[in-house]
Amino acid sequence: MPVITYREALRAAMSEEIERDPNVVLMGEEVAQFNGAYKISEGMLAKYGPKRIVDTPISEAGFIGMGVGAAMLGLRPVMELMFFSFYSVAFDQIFNNAANIRYMSGGLINCPIVIRGPANGGTNVGATHSHTPESIAAYHPGIKVVVPSNAYDAKGLMKSAIRDNDPVMFLENTILYGEACEVPDGEYLVPLGKASVMREGTDISIIGHGRSIQLALKAADLLKQKHNINAEVVDLRSIRPLDVETILNSVKKTSRCLYVEESKPFCSVGAMVACLISDQAFDYLDAPVKRLTSIDAPAIYSPPLEKLQLPSVERIYQAALDTLK
Amino acid sequence: MLFKPQVSLVFDEVTLNNGIFASNYYFKLKAFPVTKKPSSTKKPEVTNLGYDARQAPINIKLGQDEKIALYRDMVRIRRFEERCLRSYQQGKIGGFLHLYIGQESIAVGCASVMGKDDHIITAYRDHGHALAVGMGMNEMMAENYGKITGCSKGKGGSMHYFDPSRNFWGGHGIVGGQIPLGTGLAYALKYKGLKGACMAFMGDGSVNQGAVHESYNLAALWSLPVVFIIENNGYSMGTSQERSSAGPSLAQRAEGYGMNWAIIEDGHDVLAVRDKVGQALKLAHDKSLPSVLEIRTYRYRGHSVADPDTTYRDKAEIEAYKSTKDPLSVFQLSLLAEQTLTDELIQKIDESARAEAETSAQFADASPYPSIEDIKKDVYWEIDNPADRKSVGALFFD
Ligand SMILES: Cc1ncc(C[n+]2csc(CCOP(=O)(O)OP(=O)(O)O)c2C)c(N)n1
Ligand SMILES: [Mg+2]
Repeated sequence: MPVITYREALRAAMSEEIERDPNVVLMGEEVAQFNGAYKISEGMLAKYGPKRIVDTPISEAGFIGMGVGAAMLGLRPVMELMFFSFYSVAFDQIFNNAANIRYMSGGLINCPIVIRGPANGGTNVGATHSHTPESIAAYHPGIKVVVPSNAYDAKGLMKSAIRDNDPVMFLENTILYGEACEVPDGEYLVPLGKASVMREGTDISIIGHGRSIQLALKAADLLKQKHNINAEVVDLRSIRPLDVETILNSVKKTSRCLYVEESKPFCSVGAMVACLISDQAFDYLDAPVKRLTSIDAPAIYSPPLEKLQLPSVERIYQAALDTLK
Repeated sequence: MLFKPQVSLVFDEVTLNNGIFASNYYFKLKAFPVTKKPSSTKKPEVTNLGYDARQAPINIKLGQDEKIALYRDMVRIRRFEERCLRSYQQGKIGGFLHLYIGQESIAVGCASVMGKDDHIITAYRDHGHALAVGMGMNEMMAENYGKITGCSKGKGGSMHYFDPSRNFWGGHGIVGGQIPLGTGLAYALKYKGLKGACMAFMGDGSVNQGAVHESYNLAALWSLPVVFIIENNGYSMGTSQERSSAGPSLAQRAEGYGMNWAIIEDGHDVLAVRDKVGQALKLAHDKSLPSVLEIRTYRYRGHSVADPDTTYRDKAEIEAYKSTKDPLSVFQLSLLAEQTLTDELIQKIDESARAEAETSAQFADASPYPSIEDIKKDVYWEIDNPADRKSVGALFFD
């Protein structure tokens, strides 16, 4: 099977969908002529031309809102935010318009838009460029939220997101863009809302999403090597819809749960998952659900300190041991 | 007076020319608070001298029935809204009720020049546009009452009417937030190769929103077939144009984006609206060019009907407008003069509009509210179409 990067997987997904459906259009700052700030769309302008691959001005409220309007009339715009952090500039368009239009029209209008871009810290770009808004996005009924942790999922989820008739926020990760794994050629879909058990185990469930999953897998190796602990690692892949069943099944099996994510702790996805577990699997627990997040402050610039602020293999390993105490 | 004029902000040309103050004060700034209407010394950009909208090509071909239909639509809007007001006072309508009374000529004029692929989007003062594109009073009144038979099943309310089957895309509650959407509708029309345009309506208060300017730029940059229509009724809530918007006029801001613009002084004249808007639509259809139209108009009621109406204007101002420029009266007089309308017909139209409005109130009254199960419907397309659902997992949480 070919091994391709997360970046190439996203490009393949968008390209296949652009070829499949004439209503799909990719728009964003620098996506066309410049080949993408992170080169996700490299070569796509040359291949698909300026009608399908569209450079926008730096105007997030304007062009995201425009995409929402175009989606209402049947296009399937894929809107790239150069950094997902810039979603805040388009907040009203996303959460008042995209999220609510179906509801407020009593189901008369759909909004099949994908808003995508990298949502992560760890690259020393400071607080303004390092937001991880998955819980903020998922807070809004009407919105779907996807956070792929690897190239295979990135492709399959992106194709599903583009075909979805509801607005999808698709949170990528610049640190993962260059990471590769086996990805089959051609058509396959990963459905939204299906978690993936990345590693089976019996002693503790390490559940999470995004790049934290890659770190959790390494931490699980360490736990096995050093303590013969069998950690199960569950990647949610999609935050809303949420695979509650897989979460509960895992926790019922292991009786312990550590949730890992790059977000800040207050009202995070992990907080929601901990609440679900306490509601629906309390009797199975041998310990309180523990969460590991970024340290609760704006993203620090200082490179060595930012490493410490984010989840790391070491921090996950320690937190897992604490949960097992 | 609460504030003293801030002396440091009062310049005259002489001071400016002396270069004593920073050169970023290009305009003659005024002391605030400012309570006057925009000064009349401003040169009107569109002169009315010798202009008779009845002679405009788009109007000259209007048949009697079509003129009567324009009149009837304006009357229907007014009677509907008067009935809404009664229902509001009876406590049957919740939240806000933004009445369009006084502005009817704009929605009716604009809708009357729409073609098959022309679309409309507006703000929360949306009853007029909705009726003008052909929505029914029943579904509208029921929406106001929060009933399941409402156009949005009681989920949107008075500010959020929609009817995509009539190319009407809302009804939007965030000031200026609908303008990027309208730009996107125009984008989709152009993308699909349809010869249509989007009329994106906003109030005079929305022109200071960033999203509006971003939309102007996108529309001009990409030559989108959109007509931005500013319904300038002089006030955003209790704030006059003069107290909110810098620059010589609202429409003229289009110049910064290289867009065509015009001011329609006679916004009360449905035929003038048709003429100017028709030209802007033609520009959009034929050349895919956007434009900004500022249509001068006036609202008679409070911003929302429960709002006090005396802090920023006086009754005399309202009466003066009503007595000289009421869109219904002005058109009625002109149609009477040309014998298109008769007193009997006027009365018949009025009675039937009242009856239609009354029926809608009864319909709304008799309709059921949504059920508690309905609260979670129309959130996700996938949940409402379970047979076609592709995703799995929970989309709702307790
Ligand atoms: C973003 C936002 N800010 C404030 C409001 C509250 N608000 C609703 S309407 C309005 C006045 C708008 O006036 P204008 O644009 O002139 O429209 P008009 O009401 O005159 O039709 C205000 C301040 C809002 N709905 N949205
Ligand atoms: Mg106004």
